[in-house]
Amino acid sequence: MKARIIITLKNGVLDPQGKAIEGALGALGFAGVDSVRQGKVIDVDLSDMPQADAEAELQAMCRKLLANPVIEDYSIELTAR
Amino acid sequence: MKAVILHYPGTNRERDMQAALKLITGSEAELVWHKETEIPDADLIVLPGGFSFGDYLRSGAIAARSPVMADLVRKAAAGVPILGVCNGFQTLVEAGLLPGALMRNKNLKFVCKDVHLRIDNATTRFTSKYDSGAVLRCPIAHADGNYFADTETLDRLDGENRVVFRYCDEAGAATEAANPNGSQRNIAGIINERGTVLGMMPHPEDLVEPLHGGTDCRGLFESILAAA
Repeated sequence: MKARIIITLKNGVLDPQGKAIEGALGALGFAGVDSVRQGKVIDVDLSDMPQADAEAELQAMCRKLLANPVIEDYSIELTAR
Repeated sequence: MKAVILHYPGTNRERDMQAALKLITGSEAELVWHKETEIPDADLIVLPGGFSFGDYLRSGAIAARSPVMADLVRKAAAGVPILGVCNGFQTLVEAGLLPGALMRNKNLKFVCKDVHLRIDNATTRFTSKYDSGAVLRCPIAHADGNYFADTETLDRLDGENRVVFRYCDEAGAATEAANPNGSQRNIAGIINERGTVLGMMPHPEDLVEPLHGGTDCRGLFESILAAA
């Protein structure tokens, strides 16, 4: 089963990389870009297990390693049973 | 005085730290590989600079979950002095031994230059040989040195006098211009509540002998020796 974890900076945490991307988009002529923030996608392939177990495992992975709770939020999408 | 230095794949400043410790404290620091599950008894444990695990995921994130860390946390709880420099500081915050996080430098550049640091707490076992408010020159070399913590944590650090080093100009003023990486409140180094775990982004081991072009940072090692 596959999971996609999306990690983003918390609101209020400065994102200079997002700002740099915003600037580059503007330089390329894209108008109307009010804001850009950059995050991470981590795709995890899990062996088959009950969905509830998978969710619990992934939550633990995020809490323990994949996201830094001081500065990052995370969301988990399970894409297959 | 007995010192040990932890190292990981990608660590690259352990020998310079060994040299500084040998020069000033006389100790032949033992290198301890990250896969060891026990750290030898020591008066000081150092987490040196470098790019452990390539800074993959986040700087210090994987190092902070390596086998040796369980014993480091035990040693910290027992009050063994611990010094984290640069990647070592990043590892300590990732391990929860110090609060906050080190993020990408605000200007997105790897900054490699001398800065000035002001000693805001000269009572610690790492800074006792300095006068309070003393200004030192010290080299930095990092891309992820931007110290961040929420306001409550920053206020607590200030209130408890746990900000040990702040980026400042030559006159000791902690101005925005003197801040090389965007760190909140110009924080360059902090200490834990007990005063035994110090993390700092600058590299004190780089300015301890005349060949380095200065000896401003000898005092840190002399303080450690005096307290051992």
